[in-house]
Amino acid sequence: MRHRKYPFVLAFLAPGLLVYGIFMLSPYAQAIWFSFTDWSGLGRATDIEFIGFGNYLRLLDDEQLRVALRNNFILLIVVPVVTLLIALFLASMLNVGGRRRGAAVTGVRGSAVYKVVYFFPLVLSTAIVAVLFNYVFAPARAGGVLNTISNAIGVDWVLERIRGEGRGEILWFGEPAFLIWIIAVVMIWSFVGFFVVVFSAAMQSIPRDIYEAALLDGSSRFNTFRRLTVPLVWDTVKVSWVYLAIQAMDAFALVHIILGVNGGPDGQGDVLGVAVYRAAFAESNAAYAATIGVLLLLLTMAITLMFMRALRRERVELA
Amino acid sequence: MFKSTERPSTSRRTFLQRMAISGLAVGPGGGLLAACATGGGGDEEPDAAQGTETPAEGDPDNPLGVDAEGEVEIWIFNGGFTDKYATDVHEPILQAKYPNLTINHNAAVDIGAELQARFVAGDPPDFVNNSGDGQMDTAQLVADEQLADLTPLLDAPSWDDPNVKVRDLLVPGTVELGTFSGKPYQLNYAFTLFGLWYNKTLFDENGWNTQPRTWDEMLELCAEIQEFGLAPWVYQGETAPRYMNWPLLSMAIKQAGPDIMVPVDNLEEGAWKQEPILQAAEAIYRLAENGYFMPGIEGMDFRDVQALWAQGEAAIVPSGSWLENEEADVIAEDPAFELAYMFEPLLDESTAVLPLEALRATAGEPYFIPADAKHPQAGMEYMRAMISKEGAEGFSNEVSSLTATTFDIEIRNPGLASANEAKNAAGENTYNWFYPSWYPTMENPGIDQVTRKLLLAEVNPEQWADECEAVAKSIREDDSIPKQTR
Repeated sequence: MRHRKYPFVLAFLAPGLLVYGIFMLSPYAQAIWFSFTDWSGLGRATDIEFIGFGNYLRLLDDEQLRVALRNNFILLIVVPVVTLLIALFLASMLNVGGRRRGAAVTGVRGSAVYKVVYFFPLVLSTAIVAVLFNYVFAPARAGGVLNTISNAIGVDWVLERIRGEGRGEILWFGEPAFLIWIIAVVMIWSFVGFFVVVFSAAMQSIPRDIYEAALLDGSSRFNTFRRLTVPLVWDTVKVSWVYLAIQAMDAFALVHIILGVNGGPDGQGDVLGVAVYRAAFAESNAAYAATIGVLLLLLTMAITLMFMRALRRERVELA
Repeated sequence: MFKSTERPSTSRRTFLQRMAISGLAVGPGGGLLAACATGGGGDEEPDAAQGTETPAEGDPDNPLGVDAEGEVEIWIFNGGFTDKYATDVHEPILQAKYPNLTINHNAAVDIGAELQARFVAGDPPDFVNNSGDGQMDTAQLVADEQLADLTPLLDAPSWDDPNVKVRDLLVPGTVELGTFSGKPYQLNYAFTLFGLWYNKTLFDENGWNTQPRTWDEMLELCAEIQEFGLAPWVYQGETAPRYMNWPLLSMAIKQAGPDIMVPVDNLEEGAWKQEPILQAAEAIYRLAENGYFMPGIEGMDFRDVQALWAQGEAAIVPSGSWLENEEADVIAEDPAFELAYMFEPLLDESTAVLPLEALRATAGEPYFIPADAKHPQAGMEYMRAMISKEGAEGFSNEVSSLTATTFDIEIRNPGLASANEAKNAAGENTYNWFYPSWYPTMENPGIDQVTRKLLLAEVNPEQWADECEAVAKSIREDDSIPKQTR
């Protein structure tokens, strides 16, 4: 019967592979091919010409691309670390942070409500999040939430004394150095809720008796968190970290909507995804866009592999 | 209780191996698919633009050789103008002449998203209104040989009068604007003119001078309005002080001719210090010195300023012919309100090169015919129908914009009607300058912020010119900005 196995297996695999081939592999292959051509994105498919490594050479001289790379790198470092720390903290408070009569290990008071509230950002689409945060960081007279609040407690008054007449407000979008940090804040805000839920699920599967044992041994909350909770959800953290790292290489929609296609004042909020879009649709240079896309692909793959290796750790099995 | 286990390295390795195998298995197929997706379409059909039929020479009724039983696929940008002007005005004109022609009308907000792939596949429609956020780069389309040469259309007899060529019904400069590498590819049909706009109701009530001929007369008028208790002038607040560049540079051009802007556009040193430009800056500066601008507008949004003007708080505002449409909501609140066009006065009537009735104008809203269209003759015929008196009149009344045609048409909206009179009065005396479109950052924030200081009398005209020179210098010396010349 053994030789009959393969047709059977293939029959099940073929449709999936076909779909995967058409919608995943073929676009990759096409994008890589385009990066070696002079295609504008508007010319006839039959007129596409092979030009070798020209686009890749241009990549080396592109100063704006360096800004985008730097920003993606900042996001790559900052967003996963901060998001995971906050999410781990919140999840452990929700699940094992509280003490109550009759239950040694439980969430803090009101954790059922918090669980729902933390999930809210995830319900909003990225476009809506971006538009919302436009209003958060806008100047006070344009309805900016942050500045209206900070002005109400006198920040503008203080700044006016320091900086002089009529300059009593931080113009968040007017300061090139702030731009990528604004994006980082928005990303963290919108991701934390999801990972709180993910970590909550992981923590729920940790047997209570472990916590009770730790409690009996006199372990402090911080120690319990560091030596017990984190190691036991480490696999989940690892996967989340990789996922966030990939997200940090993207950030296209947020930057495009909040800062615009040029990456904000002086282009200082640029990211690679927006650079791809700009090359393809603003500069009508699809070949160069594909080249940046290939760079993005290689970086994302390298980072994923790197993270997988770096985060490798002895697995703990609960028995 | 805990038990450490080995890393699952074996299982990962086998997983990766399987990945590699399946990748290989799909590899060639993927390549094939890629070839299909990018190579499709183009090679199957011969170039439709060089179609089999040649236009029936000399047929005055059908000079472009339209297949009267055929089909024409039209794509209109569904934006500020919507697509009603096409379905209610232009398409009925074409249909009336060709009852058996199938008009396949399409409207899209994102023209590029809808049509870019079809251009690539060699299967574009017959007529495209390439406008809006999804606008495709015309120059690039021309470079990729995707657009049809419009020369046959321009040389064809016009819709209404066979003795007049289509070309001769277009406002001077329109054909040139759509010309790339020496050939006309794009028709810019809408027409925008720039100038001063006054509150006609207010002027009529008080018997004020609705067209000062010289700047001295303008200053007299301002004094009279100020005495009456109104602000004589406003500009677009903190949003766009640069709107005041338009009357400023317009007056310099009327004084010395359109060529005065050539050095400015070419970023030549000293361009902003040319005497007529300094004189015009001096004239604008006098408004600031005399307090003729409404106080406080420097901190206002442009819509708020324009609303104050439309509500009768100020007399004169610089803008383009979109103003009536832009402020339609405020204007609708007061049925008596009418706005009208005022030419910028001459600096010195005795030495001015251009007459008072000259104005800055640009054609806009681009249309083209794809080179690979199946029925390009019908697309061009549709353009010919647009450039008819009925087409132009219908368009202007439907979308509240003038057209780049020279017909004498009737317009309902008072502001637009007055703009149309100005356009006719100016005739061939229209001009434009290019540095704002060539170097957007030079105009804004560059010159914009310098002019703001002039309007606040923080700098005098000489200092203004010095700072403009500095802005031009920074653009000139920035190698990353591609340079244009004319």
